[in-house]
Amino acid sequence: MTTTSSATFVNIGERTNVTGSARFKKLIMAGDYTSAVEVARQQVESGAQVLDVNMDEGLLDAQFAMTTFLKLIAAEPDIARIPIMVDSSKWSVIEAGLKCVSGKPIVNSISMKEGEAAFLEHAKKVQRYGAAVVVMAFDEMGQADTCARKVEICERAYKLLTENGFPPEDIIFDPNIFAVATGIEEHNNYGVDFIEACKQIRVRCPHAHISGGLSNLSFSFRGNEPVRRAMHSIFLYHAIPAGLDMAIVNAGQLDVYDTIDPELREACEDVVLNRRADATDRLLEIADRFKGDGSVAEKASEEWRSLPVAKRLEHALIKGLDAHVVADTEEARLVAVRPIDVIEGPLMDGMNVVGDLFGAGKMFLPQVVKSARVMKKAVAHLLPFIEAEKAEGAQAKGKIIMATVKGDVHDIGKNIVGVVLQCNNFEVIDLGVMVPWMTILAAANEHGADMIGLSGLITPSLDEMVTVAAEMQRAGMTMPLLIGGATTSRVHTALRIEPAYKGPVIHVLDASRAVGVAGALVSDSPAIRSELVDRTVAEYEAIRVARANKGDTKLATIAAARANAYAPDFAKHPPVAPKTLGTLALDDYPLEELVPYIDWTPFFRAWELAGNYPAILTDPVVGESATSLFKDAQAMLTKIVDEKWLTARAALGFWPAKRDGDDVLLFTDASRTTELARVPFLRQQVVKRDGVPNRSLADFVSPDGDWLGGFAVTAGQGIDAHLARFKADNDDYSDILLKALADRLAEAFAEHLHERVRKEFWGYAPDEMLTSEDLIREKYQGIRPAPGYPACPDHSPKRQLFDLLDATAKTGIELTESFAMTPTAAVSGYYFAHPESSYFGVARIGSDQVADYAARRGVSVEQAETWLRPNLED
Amino acid sequence: MNKPSEAAARFRAEAAKRILVTDGAWGTMIQTFGLAEADYAGTLGLSHEQKGNNDMLCLTRPDIIEKITQGYLDAGSDIVSTNTFSSTTISQADYGAEHLVRELNLAAAGIARRAADAAQAKDGRPRFVAGALGPTNKTLSLSPDVNDPGFREVDYDQVKDVYTQQIQALLDGGVDFILIETIFDTLNAKAAIMAVLEESDRRGVEIPIMISMTITDMSGRNLSGHAIDAFWWAVRHAKPLTVGLNCSFGADLLRPHVQLLSGIADTLLMSYPNAGLPNELGQYDELPARTGHLVEEWAKEGLINVIGGCCGTTPGHIKAMADAVRGYPPRVVPTLPVATRLAGLDPMILAA
Repeated sequence: MTTTSSATFVNIGERTNVTGSARFKKLIMAGDYTSAVEVARQQVESGAQVLDVNMDEGLLDAQFAMTTFLKLIAAEPDIARIPIMVDSSKWSVIEAGLKCVSGKPIVNSISMKEGEAAFLEHAKKVQRYGAAVVVMAFDEMGQADTCARKVEICERAYKLLTENGFPPEDIIFDPNIFAVATGIEEHNNYGVDFIEACKQIRVRCPHAHISGGLSNLSFSFRGNEPVRRAMHSIFLYHAIPAGLDMAIVNAGQLDVYDTIDPELREACEDVVLNRRADATDRLLEIADRFKGDGSVAEKASEEWRSLPVAKRLEHALIKGLDAHVVADTEEARLVAVRPIDVIEGPLMDGMNVVGDLFGAGKMFLPQVVKSARVMKKAVAHLLPFIEAEKAEGAQAKGKIIMATVKGDVHDIGKNIVGVVLQCNNFEVIDLGVMVPWMTILAAANEHGADMIGLSGLITPSLDEMVTVAAEMQRAGMTMPLLIGGATTSRVHTALRIEPAYKGPVIHVLDASRAVGVAGALVSDSPAIRSELVDRTVAEYEAIRVARANKGDTKLATIAAARANAYAPDFAKHPPVAPKTLGTLALDDYPLEELVPYIDWTPFFRAWELAGNYPAILTDPVVGESATSLFKDAQAMLTKIVDEKWLTARAALGFWPAKRDGDDVLLFTDASRTTELARVPFLRQQVVKRDGVPNRSLADFVSPDGDWLGGFAVTAGQGIDAHLARFKADNDDYSDILLKALADRLAEAFAEHLHERVRKEFWGYAPDEMLTSEDLIREKYQGIRPAPGYPACPDHSPKRQLFDLLDATAKTGIELTESFAMTPTAAVSGYYFAHPESSYFGVARIGSDQVADYAARRGVSVEQAETWLRPNLED
Repeated sequence: MNKPSEAAARFRAEAAKRILVTDGAWGTMIQTFGLAEADYAGTLGLSHEQKGNNDMLCLTRPDIIEKITQGYLDAGSDIVSTNTFSSTTISQADYGAEHLVRELNLAAAGIARRAADAAQAKDGRPRFVAGALGPTNKTLSLSPDVNDPGFREVDYDQVKDVYTQQIQALLDGGVDFILIETIFDTLNAKAAIMAVLEESDRRGVEIPIMISMTITDMSGRNLSGHAIDAFWWAVRHAKPLTVGLNCSFGADLLRPHVQLLSGIADTLLMSYPNAGLPNELGQYDELPARTGHLVEEWAKEGLINVIGGCCGTTPGHIKAMADAVRGYPPRVVPTLPVATRLAGLDPMILAA
């Protein structure tokens, strides 16, 4: 939901007008559009509600300047959020501008200067471009100066427009603000004429608005900003009640009427309201005394350094600036009674602001993690002093044990949640990855934890979480258990984990929810706590009931599913023999070759920034955050490549094969007599509508002789040294960034290697020409499914694949007991070459297939059920 | 003044009586036929691969398009749209088929017109044909080059001309309304509106416009960043026959956004959500009964005048929706107080 800004008086920013701002003009003339955009941003920041853009300058190609500038600010969400006023005396410039502005802008201006026909034609176009319009009090005779002329022209224009279908509320009159105190007597009443005209126009032209350019008024006092500001403020003070409801002003430079020096105020008021004959002289007399540096110098961004130390710490936390944080923390410590006061005072205050902004969706995850880095550095500096004083640590809101469960090594998500919780004053005891349940329970007891948070990314971790829950129950624990991680879900938590444990069990969708949930669980108010717990219990019960009533999707017998197998056209596309047979290794693969293959969208998703690359960089909501993260990522990526932080290695192999039922048999050589391995696949069993097959990956391999490939790649060798360095520096941000980039590089490696496989190693598509975008969209022939993912959901055959490839020796990737790969920046899978091979999901399977699979694998049905658990339930 | 549209008058009369039903998805329905390159390419001898060029089927496999259209009419659709989401020279350029744009639109309009007229002749219930304009794959508001934010791949006049060409063919083919749909870029839509208004002048008749925005996430903005109310203020000058939202989400997640628009749209509201969210393989699992149940909630709350389906919906979904909303009174179109409504990415209201 957006907040609708509902205004009674509208400030129109005027600094992006070459006729009104010398600085802006200089920037545009010099072609410095980057700085010109900053002028616009500053206008919005200082309160402009509409942005006036004017490029009318004789030496300028106004049309080019207008369209260029409008397109540039369209890319800045914090500027483009307000309506634009397209301002030019040339219709061609206005129309060119309208073609670049979205939303509903205002045209400034049209008039009857060239007669009614041209006026109406322009008005019709304005309406069709979806804009409102400023109408100048200007007719065939000239510009209106007296009150009577102003009213007469506006009323005539109003009638013409409304009779021709122009909405009256979209008309804004500009009855011309002229300079006063010029020394010419006839000019003295211009202020009064304008104010008087406003009153009458508002009565005679219902729903229309009145606007004016304010800077004209004080033209005679050029160079004396304080006097000009006072005049403008006083003019508005009187004109607004008369009906002026918008004005082109420098929004940052208006004084509050009551705060103007009384002497100056009276003198200005005399001039504006033409209250005495000598008003101009009197103002001139005193004006010089009020001169001085009226313009607020735009201090560079270092201005915050002059704030008091507490404010500096707050600023550094919010902006994530760590350059001065140790010095500032030290300064704060020297004046604090106890070092702990620095944490409990300014640092916690700052983090509370960060927490509030994050909660309100005004800050995003990468920024919060940067803030946390600053906080950690400050705390690290204070810790020795606190310990020396033997003072108690700051009372945290609560203590949480966090762990990635046994068999799993993925921790980016867990670390993010940990950081966010720490930002919100929770004490996080992070047990790391591959943590067995005994360790988790022991740590919870030892630390007197308030809750436990479990994380995991691969499907076997789901079962391990059930184990942890059951063991907590057996140990008689009652503390809440939080569940998170990419494969976890509310449904799985409700169906499998919660029934195993009597204490509260809550699935936490992402880092931003973690704070609310953890906060409620440790809340002093039992009502808040029990509200969350009871609601969750009820929700999960509802899920279980819904599941039970839903009746499972209908499954075919495995025999029927096999009878409905997919049959590729092997006659049309006979199997192609790989150019390479057996296995090979690629060591120390050049990282720079992988960079172009990076798919950035999942990188942003890892940081909980929603959107597709590159559009996400200009996204109105997360764009700023995404761009800043992307910049940091690019900088680190350059270092990773240039300084060789990581080593990329791959193993790949191709074997003669043939399909045997739902298995694929691999052979030692092309005679296909000596069996090397039996690769087991699963088959979809959900009943399909007519004409839709029940697929298995095995279908894509010919039973009459074919080939299968396999691979394992990593881009994570060497990462530990750098992670250790970041940990030592309390730099979670860089830690998470590096892990996320290594993951992307591994994926990029898999994509790149697949391309080389298609073109060279297997060579079934030697002439393929695809862009990297095509690659991301998988527009190529053949697939590379990974064990554990939807088409072959069992992780356990990864062991067999690794043995076939001798992958651990060739690449250094190891498998955990749950078949997770370490380092985590690794990808493995099979290669299928047939052009009709495609990705699909096996989804739910029946017990008949499980028994059959167990037999094929030579394991017990219970073992097979453990491996296939996620596919048995959904 | 251009001559008012009779179809629009008949449409409003029907909409006053009941909640009307439009059709469902094209793309995901076409996918179910598992067509091959030969189906798409036909005998047109085009230089590029045509697989995936769904609009081309209007020329090469009209039987498929007729079948889907008939499916929707049988399911209860009052409106059928043309299969012309990408039938502009901009979008067809990817397939080397720019020269066929007029024929594509004429053929598509013809298929929809004939099917709608036959259905109407059969049971006497009025049917309408909406000529669909997609957003094209080029944007007037964003630069495709991160390092050059001022760059645009196309300009306003180009987009307007491309739409003019499509609109002319659709109208010549017999459509009743122009449906500007799946609007991710507000400025593209504004160019399309300009094209319709100018064509209306050339023909001397009103061309009723249907406008449908697509939001990109739960914050309720489209890709060019416009909030729903800001978007409506930006296109309201078109005085459209309907305005609404399509695509993005299923009816559950789209509801709050439809509700917001329902409160501020002083014209008929047409919305057509997806069949839920796609699963990890990009397929839509939501069953018709569930979609029907969700839109029944909309109808109960008086949020809609016209309902239909986008990605993943099938004639089954349309039938479920038609059955679900039957008997509920249509949304009452609100009157807005007179005020000046401006918009950047955010809306701004000035009391008038």
